Amino acid sequence: MWFFILAELLVFGVFFLAYAFARMRNVELFNASQLELDRISGAINTILLISGSYFVVRAVDQIRHDRSRACAHWLIAAMACGGTFLILKLVEFGAKFEAGINMSTNTFFMFYLGLGFFHFMHVILGMVILGAVALKAWKGGYSASNYGGVETGAAYWHMVDLVWIVLFPLIYILN
Amino acid sequence: MKYESQAVAKPYFIAAIGLFLGQILFGLIMGLQYVVGDFLFPAIPFNVARMVHTNLLIVWLLFGFMGAAYYLIPEESERDLFSPKLALAMFWIFLVAGAATILGYLFVPYATLAEMTGNDLLATMGREFLEQPLPTKVGIVIVALAMLFNLSMTVLKGRKTAINLVMLVGLWGLAIFFLFSFYNPGNLVKDKFYWWWVVHLWVEGVWELIMGAMLAFVLIKVTGVDREVIEKWLYVIIAMALITGLIGTGHHYYWIGTPEYWQWWGSVFSALEPIPFFMMTVFAFNMVNRRKREHPNKAAVLWALGTGVMAFLGAGVWGFLHTLAPVNYYTHGTQITAAHGHMAFYGAYVMVVITMISYTMPLMRGREANSPVAQVVEMWSFWLMTIAMVFITLFLTAAGILQVWLQRVSTEPMPFMAAQDQVALFYWMREVAGLIFLVGLLLYIVSFFIKGKAATAT
Repeated sequence: MWFFILAELLVFGVFFLAYAFARMRNVELFNASQLELDRISGAINTILLISGSYFVVRAVDQIRHDRSRACAHWLIAAMACGGTFLILKLVEFGAKFEAGINMSTNTFFMFYLGLGFFHFMHVILGMVILGAVALKAWKGGYSASNYGGVETGAAYWHMVDLVWIVLFPLIYILN
Repeated sequence: MKYESQAVAKPYFIAAIGLFLGQILFGLIMGLQYVVGDFLFPAIPFNVARMVHTNLLIVWLLFGFMGAAYYLIPEESERDLFSPKLALAMFWIFLVAGAATILGYLFVPYATLAEMTGNDLLATMGREFLEQPLPTKVGIVIVALAMLFNLSMTVLKGRKTAINLVMLVGLWGLAIFFLFSFYNPGNLVKDKFYWWWVVHLWVEGVWELIMGAMLAFVLIKVTGVDREVIEKWLYVIIAMALITGLIGTGHHYYWIGTPEYWQWWGSVFSALEPIPFFMMTVFAFNMVNRRKREHPNKAAVLWALGTGVMAFLGAGVWGFLHTLAPVNYYTHGTQITAAHGHMAFYGAYVMVVITMISYTMPLMRGREANSPVAQVVEMWSFWLMTIAMVFITLFLTAAGILQVWLQRVSTEPMPFMAAQDQVALFYWMREVAGLIFLVGLLLYIVSFFIKGKAATAT
C-alpha cells in the first residue's frame, strides 16, 4: 500500500510541477481566472478533509484499545466528511459548467477541473476503502493486536487529504 | 506438465512460431522495399507487405497468449481444462480464419476483398492494424469468447490464484476492447479516438496484465521463490500499469482534433508508463537472484530475464523518448515511432511468449528441460535475435532523428520522399540487422529438433 500511495503522490507531484510550469508562462491569465473560483467552498472543503483525517486517527486509536464499534463510528464520521466534500465539490463544478466553463476554456481551468476531478475520484476511492475497513471493524474483524488494515486505510485517507492541502492553496489562493 | 489437458497449448505454440517466421519474412521484404521501391512489385506491394507483417505479428502473439493461457490456467487452478476439445476446435477455426485472411490480403485486391466479405453491411475495414475482413473479426470474437468460457469455467471450479485471476482479467479485457474495432464512426476524429481503445488499451493496458501473469508464472516455476512474494510484485506491477496506461492513452490524442488538455494528461500519465516496465526488470532479476533451486532449463531463465530488460528498453525508454507532447510535435509518425514499435513488441510480447514456450515446450514433450546442446543453440538464437533487434532499433532511431531534422526542423524542410532518400543508408543497415534476426529465428526453430540427453537438475 505504501508503494501505491507513493505512486499516487508521484502522479499528483508531476501535475503540480506541470501547473507551476504552465502558470509561469502565463501568470496574468492564471491570476485572473483564479479570482473566479469559490474560495469559501474550497476552505470549507479543506476543513472537512482535515476533520476527516482527525477522525481516522481517532479510529486507529480506538482499535488499539480493542474498541471495534467505536473505531467503526469514527470511520463513518470520516466518510461523512468525505461525502460532504463531494457534494460541495459537485455544487462548485456545477456552477462552473453553468457559467460555460469547461476544460477547454483555458489552461488554468483545464488544471482546476482536471486536477479537481482526479482528486474527486480519489476521495471516492478513499471512502470505499474506509467503508470496507469500517464494515470489517464493525463485524469485529480487527483487534488491538491486529489492526494493520485500519492503519492502511487511514494512511490512504491521509494521502487524499495531503494532496488536497497542497492543491487548495496552489490552485485557489497562491497568486 | 501436471494435467493432460495442458497439452492443448502445443499446437497453439507451433502455429505461433510458424506465423512468426512468416512475419519476419514479410518484414524483410518490406525492409528491402524501403530502399528498392519496386522489389516484388506488383505481386506484393508495400502496403500489402506491411499489412501482412503487422497482422501476422498480432495473430501469432494471440496464438501465443492463448496457448500460454491453456497451459497456465489449468496448472494454477489445479484441475484439468474445462473442455480440451473446445480449445482444440477453436485452434483450428482461428488458424484457418487467419490463414484465409492473409491469403486474401495477398491474392485479392483489398477493395475487392472488402466487397466480397460484406464490408458494405458493416464497414470496419481499411484502418491500420484492424484491416481484417468482417468475417475474420467476428471469428476472432467467437474464438475469444469460447476461450474465455473455457478458461473461466476452469478457474471457477478450481483454485483461484493471483496469477490466473490477472491472466483472466487481461484476456477478458483483450476481448472487450476488441469490440471497439466494430465501431467505425464517420467522423475521423471519433474514429481515431476509439481506434486507440483497441490498439493502445491492448498493448499498453490489458496485454501488460497478460504479460505480468505469464512472467510471474514462469518465475515461480524456475526460481522456486515463494508464491506470496511473486504475487505481491505482480499486484503492484499491474496496478502501476493500469494507472499509467489507461489515461496514458492521451498521448495519442495530441494532434488528432481532440481537446488540447490531452497534451497535458497524455504527457504526464504516459511519462510514468516506464515505471511498471522497470519494475518488471527488477522483479525478474530479484527473483532469479533469490532462487531456491537451479532449474535445468537455463534457456527459459535467460528469456525471462531478457523480457524484463528488453521490455523496459523498448516500451519504457524508447516510448518515453517521444511521449511528451512538445517532443512528439516533431517526432510524430516518423521512424522514431517505428524504432519504438519494433523493440517494444519484441521486448515485451515476443519475448514473454517465447519465455513461456521455452519453459513449457520441453515439459509437454515429456522432459523437464531440453538437452544442453539444444539449450546452447536456443541461447544463441536469443542473443542473435536480441542483438539484431537492438541494432534494428538503433538504425531506425538514427534514421528517425535525421528524418525529423531534414523534414521538420531545418530552415528549408524537405518533402517526405526526398528526406527518405537521405536516410537510405540506415535502411540498408536495418535490413542487414533484419537478416541476422532471421538467422536467429531459424536457429531457434532448429533448437526444437536437436536431440540428446535431457538436462537434469543440479
